[in-house]
Amino acid sequence: MHNWRWEVFLEPAQGGSGATYLDWVLVGLRMTAAVSLCSWVIALLWGSLMGIFRTYPSKLLYGLSTAYVEVFRNIPLLVQLFLWYFVAPEVAPLGLGAWFKQLHPNLQLFVASMLCLGFFTGARITEQVRAGIESLSRGQKAAGLAMGFTLPQTYRHVLLPMAFRIIIPPLSSECVNLVKNSAVASTIGLMELAYQGRQLVDYTAQSYESFIAVTALYVALNLLILLFMRWVEKKARVPGFMGGGGR
Amino acid sequence: MITIRNVSKIYPNGFQALRECSTQVEKGEVIVVCGPSGSGKSTLIKCVNGLEDFQQGEILVDGTSVGDPKTNLPRLRSRVGMVFQHFELFPHMSILENLTVAQVKVLGRSQDEATERGHKLLERVGLKAQAPKHPGQLSGGQQQRVAIARALCMDPICMLFDEPTSALDPEMINEVLDVMVELAQEGMTMMCVTHEMGFARKVAHRVVFMDEGRILEDAKKDEFFGGARTDRAKLFLSKILSH
Ligand SMILES: Nc1ncnc2c1ncn2[C@@H]1O[C@H](COP(=O)(O)OP(=O)(O)OP(=O)(O)O)[C@@H](O)[C@H]1O
Ligand SMILES: [Mg+2]
Repeated sequence: MHNWRWEVFLEPAQGGSGATYLDWVLVGLRMTAAVSLCSWVIALLWGSLMGIFRTYPSKLLYGLSTAYVEVFRNIPLLVQLFLWYFVAPEVAPLGLGAWFKQLHPNLQLFVASMLCLGFFTGARITEQVRAGIESLSRGQKAAGLAMGFTLPQTYRHVLLPMAFRIIIPPLSSECVNLVKNSAVASTIGLMELAYQGRQLVDYTAQSYESFIAVTALYVALNLLILLFMRWVEKKARVPGFMGGGGR
Repeated sequence: MITIRNVSKIYPNGFQALRECSTQVEKGEVIVVCGPSGSGKSTLIKCVNGLEDFQQGEILVDGTSVGDPKTNLPRLRSRVGMVFQHFELFPHMSILENLTVAQVKVLGRSQDEATERGHKLLERVGLKAQAPKHPGQLSGGQQQRVAIARALCMDPICMLFDEPTSALDPEMINEVLDVMVELAQEGMTMMCVTHEMGFARKVAHRVVFMDEGRILEDAKKDEFFGGARTDRAKLFLSKILSH
């Protein structure tokens, strides 16, 4: 029979800094949120750019973006993390490796995790953005060009506003996936939520309480994201278009 | 205004959609292009404003060569209005924004100026009250009239129509044709792909008949409807007129 001791979270943690075990969990939560948010920004910007390239009438840009997607989608996330953390600093050009190595060790963990998750998720967003653009009728692009827009202007004013509206639901799932995937950073030692959960188990031996707390926080974080994205979707809804409400 | 000389077009998949097409649209002239499905009408009209490229021949619009790589295509297109079969309004913008966005971003007009012009043209096509709505909230006929107004906002030197009424319910066809007739009577240079022979009879100066990528007939309206022509065109006409 498990001896439930929820009050363990209020006890001062070992190490004598005055922090409680609850503080440990919250530190992990904050780290998970921070690394997810930074990766999301990278993923969204880079993925959008690559997604545009995937549909752009240029062999070079198409080839580049396709190669990116294939590489980053087909290597396991864990392996990618090791590549970013252990290998990239050794082979990076322009003194970036040296710059990376003089960072504070915790910052090194953060930067490697952020880049890894950002570019991994970016590859998935690339495909969402491409699908969104391709789901629009070919006539939309023609109509934009026929008005005298340049191709970039046609993307900016005609194609992307609709494409992004259409892909909000799949983007929400990518965002949730990103938060879940961020747990992989615990393997190199980033002190995010999953890592702190394991620390708690090690220090308090209250494994059920620790993992229940960690689980609940992941669920809460993701519900928050889904709520936010639902709100964005509502804000972006177009009257008269796809359940956009009423004539 | 529009000169098409010996134009041949092969799609990337190797299909030859146009075979040595030549015709001409004078300033203020209205020509109707007809022909069976797949005969290359859309391809031809898209070549005129450079939405499709072509491998051979030459197209001049107001003296500017469309096929010349040095030609500033966006600039040329901003002076050539185009109306599509499926309207192609921008669904995320209000009707008014649909009319103003290119005036501001392409022609560099001020927002006020563009709005004023937008309202004026909406009124002209009888849709002043719809300005704040979105395209998805209008009927097909209304959307197509907005699309015409959107093109007119740019003060085009000529207008291209690609089957502007063939996606419409029958009861909406006339509201769009009326706008086009009015435009023609005001002297707009127009190249219209359409099977509306009533429209052709009323305002067209010439009728071009295409089949399998070739221009088989290019005749004055009265000649086309009245007399000598290829068997192909006869067959086609008898088919669409029996509808
Ligand atoms: N992007 C494309 N790639 C390859 N073939 C094409 C392409 N677009 C059109 N075609 C082919 O070129 C031919 C002419 O097409 P086009 O659309 O110009 O015909 P159309 O006369 O406008 O016919 P419709 O009355 O059906 O609109 C058709 O056989 C069509 O299948
Ligand atoms: Mg066509």
